[in-house]
Amino acid sequence: MMRARVAWSGAIHEATPVPDAGASAPDARLRLADGRVLSQGEVVWLPPFEVGTVLALGLNYADHAKELKFSAQEEPLVFLKGPGALLGHRGATRRPAGVKFMHYECELAVVIGRAAKRVARAEAMGHVAGYCIANDYAVRDYLENWYRPNLRAKNRDGATVLGPWLVDAEDVADPADLALRTFVNGQLRQSGNTRDLVFDIPYLIEYLSSFMTLSPGDVILTGTPEGVTNVMPGDEVVCEIDGLGRLSNTIVAAESTG
Amino acid sequence: MPRAALREIPFDVPPFELSGIVYGTLLNHRTALEALGEQVRSPPYNAPPRAPVLYLKPRNTLALDGERVQVPAGVAELEVGAAVGMVIGRTACRVSETNALDHVAGFLIVNDVSIPHASYYRPAVRLKARDGFCPLGPRVTARAKISDPSALTLRTYVDGALALTARTSELLRPLARLLADVTEFMTLAPGDVLAAGAAAPAPRVRAGQTVAIETDELGTLTSLFVAEAT
Repeated sequence: MMRARVAWSGAIHEATPVPDAGASAPDARLRLADGRVLSQGEVVWLPPFEVGTVLALGLNYADHAKELKFSAQEEPLVFLKGPGALLGHRGATRRPAGVKFMHYECELAVVIGRAAKRVARAEAMGHVAGYCIANDYAVRDYLENWYRPNLRAKNRDGATVLGPWLVDAEDVADPADLALRTFVNGQLRQSGNTRDLVFDIPYLIEYLSSFMTLSPGDVILTGTPEGVTNVMPGDEVVCEIDGLGRLSNTIVAAESTG
Repeated sequence: MPRAALREIPFDVPPFELSGIVYGTLLNHRTALEALGEQVRSPPYNAPPRAPVLYLKPRNTLALDGERVQVPAGVAELEVGAAVGMVIGRTACRVSETNALDHVAGFLIVNDVSIPHASYYRPAVRLKARDGFCPLGPRVTARAKISDPSALTLRTYVDGALALTARTSELLRPLARLLADVTEFMTLAPGDVLAAGAAAPAPRVRAGQTVAIETDELGTLTSLFVAEAT
């Protein structure tokens, strides 16, 4: 099942894709729990679940690590993000004035459904509720070598997009073989496959739950493959993952909402 | 920690309850940066921090006054980072230094516990975000009751012996300036906590020891360190 959380007509609703349109179609319509059918543009899309702790992976695709001139690490590079960074599908993300390099990062997001504490690899997938797409922007101009990637570069307001749908784990046949693609203004810029994760999902759940309890709603952003490029105000950025849909976002200048 | 448990922290001004979101600030106490000396100009850092260096203490780390902190198996000692936490009262986005503290509901003590680590190059989630590694409290003291937040003194006692004294007057970014610089890129919501940074050398404690962090104005936050149940 695929579920969205949307604001419409004064309330927050759960919504599902209208089956005949196909959830991946850019213009897929959605159906509220009470049966009303709406177009994508009629609603405000929120992150598709109540988000808890956001754990993000850096350098978790060998090709992207190489692109950034890092050798593979012994331990996952994990950083945490706060709730102010979150944004839903079809939202606008601000590009700060005067920066040179702001880029998208298409990532598979793994949503925890059952509390996990010291979970072994073999049991790990039983703690996953489902998956969604994440687009976790970075502003590289602000990177510093202190707890890198530092929050000013990676935890900006509205720069972590989640959605459109939360897709139940049982509906994703093999999360270790999903193609990811990012399009900027319709042009393919980034592509990869989750089979190339340096640390795979069971490993990450085992690793993280070895020192911290993961709770329902916690989400692991599993990292991004090569192909990150600069985006400018006015650009439409669409991240796509097989079976999870298409997550759209527009870059705006900081001043325009300032 | 379940959010309901946070309601046990007395907090008698709006928003009356912590959100469970806690940010810490690295190297914001003069002694902490000084302890690194010339290292800050060498690889991998190459330069001292420009923007505030922040990290999260996620919800699993939060613990109340009097709760036990577990020392992981195989770890001899933990570091105790005593800091003043600003509790946000009004949504703080791009606030100016001049009126920053108007957005603060009150203050509490944050005990930012870590497994000691010498390198600050990579985020230290495994070392800082373990269950129970962020006792905070014992209460939120309303801002109106603090005559001068830049003149608070934090004393850390280990088994009753004074181990470290730190003052908010020694912060590199004073409280208002820190809030202004952080909210330039990151909005803080009511009930969020921003801890202002611990002093060096951070006291080290073993299982069996008790830590009390005390200030005249904010009370005393006590934690017993115990060996992790395996």
